[in-house]
Amino acid sequence: MATTVHEPPKIDLDRSPSQGSGNGGRRNLAPADGELRRVKDSSPPPASTGIWVGLAAITMTFAAFTSALIVRQGTAPLVHITLPPVLYLNSLVIVASSVTLEIARRRIAAFMGGPHDKTSAANPARWLYITLFLGLLFVAGQTFAWLQLKSEGFGLATNISYSFFYVLTVAHALHVFGGLGGLVRVIGKLHQSVLRRSTLDATSRYWHFMGVLWLYLLLLLWIKL
Amino acid sequence: MHDMSANAAQHGAPTSFIRKHVFSTDHKVIGKQYYVLALFAAFVGMVLSWIMRIHLGWGSFAIPGLHFLSSTGAPGNVMTPEYYLQLLTMHGTIMVFFVLTTAPFAAFGNFFLPIQTGAEDMPFPHFNMMSFWVTFTAFLPIVASFFVSDGPSLGGWTQYAPLSAIGPVGGPGEGWGVILWATSICLFCIGQLLGSLNFITTTLDMRCKGMSLLRLPLSAWAWFITSIMGLTAFAVLMPACILLILDHVAGTSFFVASNLVINDQVLPHSGGSTLLWQHLFWFFGHPEVYIAIVPGMGIVSHVLITNMRKPMLSHRVLIYSMGSLAVLSYMVYGHHMFVSGMNPLSSLAFSFPTLVITIPSTIVVLMWLGSLYGSKLRINAASLFALGFISMFISGGVSGFFLAQPSIDIMLHATYFVVGHFHLVMGVAAMFGIFAGTYFWFPKMTGRMMNETLGKLHFWMSFVGAYCIFMPFHYLGIAGNVRRYQAFTDDYLIPLIPVHKFITIAALFTGLAQLIFLYNLIHSRFWGAHAPNDNPWEATSLEWSTATPPPHNNFGDKMPVVYHDPYQYSVEGASKDYIMQTSTENVHSPDEEK
Repeated sequence: MATTVHEPPKIDLDRSPSQGSGNGGRRNLAPADGELRRVKDSSPPPASTGIWVGLAAITMTFAAFTSALIVRQGTAPLVHITLPPVLYLNSLVIVASSVTLEIARRRIAAFMGGPHDKTSAANPARWLYITLFLGLLFVAGQTFAWLQLKSEGFGLATNISYSFFYVLTVAHALHVFGGLGGLVRVIGKLHQSVLRRSTLDATSRYWHFMGVLWLYLLLLLWIKL
Repeated sequence: MHDMSANAAQHGAPTSFIRKHVFSTDHKVIGKQYYVLALFAAFVGMVLSWIMRIHLGWGSFAIPGLHFLSSTGAPGNVMTPEYYLQLLTMHGTIMVFFVLTTAPFAAFGNFFLPIQTGAEDMPFPHFNMMSFWVTFTAFLPIVASFFVSDGPSLGGWTQYAPLSAIGPVGGPGEGWGVILWATSICLFCIGQLLGSLNFITTTLDMRCKGMSLLRLPLSAWAWFITSIMGLTAFAVLMPACILLILDHVAGTSFFVASNLVINDQVLPHSGGSTLLWQHLFWFFGHPEVYIAIVPGMGIVSHVLITNMRKPMLSHRVLIYSMGSLAVLSYMVYGHHMFVSGMNPLSSLAFSFPTLVITIPSTIVVLMWLGSLYGSKLRINAASLFALGFISMFISGGVSGFFLAQPSIDIMLHATYFVVGHFHLVMGVAAMFGIFAGTYFWFPKMTGRMMNETLGKLHFWMSFVGAYCIFMPFHYLGIAGNVRRYQAFTDDYLIPLIPVHKFITIAALFTGLAQLIFLYNLIHSRFWGAHAPNDNPWEATSLEWSTATPPPHNNFGDKMPVVYHDPYQYSVEGASKDYIMQTSTENVHSPDEEK
């Protein structure tokens, strides 16, 4: 098959560099002193950036759910519902899990950072296990709330308020499962001594975000429903 | 920059066929997979458009074999009105999601973003692999919907509620068809979110030494900006699709108001909001327009600069303009809802940013035209399609001025005028961007050249054909031809039938040009002339500094170090008319010497 490849162009010596302004032609070349411009030699590990990007996406998803609730409320008043009391207890559990994870993170960071005290060296994963337990307890508590409502005859399709309640809480719980998976992964890597600081920090940020997100959702449900 | 050996890119070159070509974590393989998926989807979408156009031109014409697609939708090979709407819905869905999003962003971006940034791979290669396979899986429900009992959904690619949310009572395809549609789009969103995560992180964290953000080529900037839009837009569409699925399978009423009567039947739903779907959908939908077109802007800029042998008038202004388009795209979505009964003040609030968004669009166009002025452009298939992109973008964009004004939009809404507008500015322009990218990067992707003569023939047929199809759409719209009509029986529409016949002939002619492209692509892939060297276009960016095709880790043993801005063409005092980004040639600029 015939192919057209252009001959190398000849340099137009009469061409003024001003014709090629912008970034090329005459600017941003290597400086006269020969010192080439470079950006900094290190940047954050991708996991650090990646987790913020992921959290931004989750924020948008729940912002969409929130918008849906607000737009729907603008159409006609929502039916008032009473939130199951166990949700408030669950809130304490997820806040506590954030505290224990932060303790774990700091201890493991100290453990990984070199000289460490005997307490953290003894079992650096202990607080992670406690966090994992509290996370599972939170999910169990949420499940209890759903079952309680279900037993009282309030299901997903009972009315629009319950529809939003279930969608928001289940969507959050699914994201919490992601966090639990992350915690299990961190524990596994810690036991294999291949845990990276960036992985620990990213998992920690995700988990804290889940806690903040839950408090936001609870407030939203409490105010709107 | 970041020590990549410690992160992405740790995976060695795979040896098994499955890991190398199917479940590959190599961004280049994933890019090609996306391209093939988009190509297949484009072919399906194009065939659907042919079938629809033949029906619009000659409604009683029996299309041989059509009944095999649906015996109830096309008895005697002539489609029913409902089946016309079903094919129309599938055409829009497949084209917008699986072609216009997949090819310019996911396909080319996957292949070239890491190379243009000087990275070995994406930072999360397994997420990247998942991104493609989730997207591929998303395509399956769309295909499956052709074969369920009452066919695919007929609600249009926008799936307006309440029609989309009421189930089979709404008509053929409104039961399983919508469920499959929403499942597909939900999966598609997940795939694109995973992709966007990788694109953003690659751009921010994986750049090689010397590659500052402003040294990124415009194509890389376009993918970066698009990935931010993708991250925020698809994260909104996904929950909307979940709510739609729940309305179908769980009996909820998010999008269906109380006491709705359809076909003399009171629906059991209560308490929902019909407009809620439109808000959620268009909050995604308008950025989606820019998700489709901004990568094309980057690709076209990249291609034009290489062929003009000089940079754009301003690198920064182009970047800022593309960024402005991204930000403004979220503020204008309400202009799709001018006739939804919204408060006139809201219309005004959405009309203003819609007019404002023309400013960065115009700046981008002026940058292209100003840069082209006086340049000695190399004419090849890639640069022709880049010029064609500009032409289509301008032609389609001008009609946007009219639609941005609520008073005019009320008249033109849901007519062929709108269809002509978005097909030119978003559809054809984006397709021309894909073609420009294909002809330009084909040598790097495959090591072979595409046939230029066929490429130019492809361009001229497509260029003329596209205008013959879509310019008359504007006339039809002004004449009051409502879109989505499958037959023109009203008195005021009958005189327009010859126009529709002309458009159908033009569509078949343009489709023929795409078959030439398909032949050129496949033939060149296997039997085309080998690329004469690693840099056949004498370009400057990093993808041209590595081997052809690039090795598994993109750059072989030695990672690149960048010393120059991306578009150093026609540099006074340089040994050649271009300086590659990796060149250590030290040319003192007059400014710096001062």
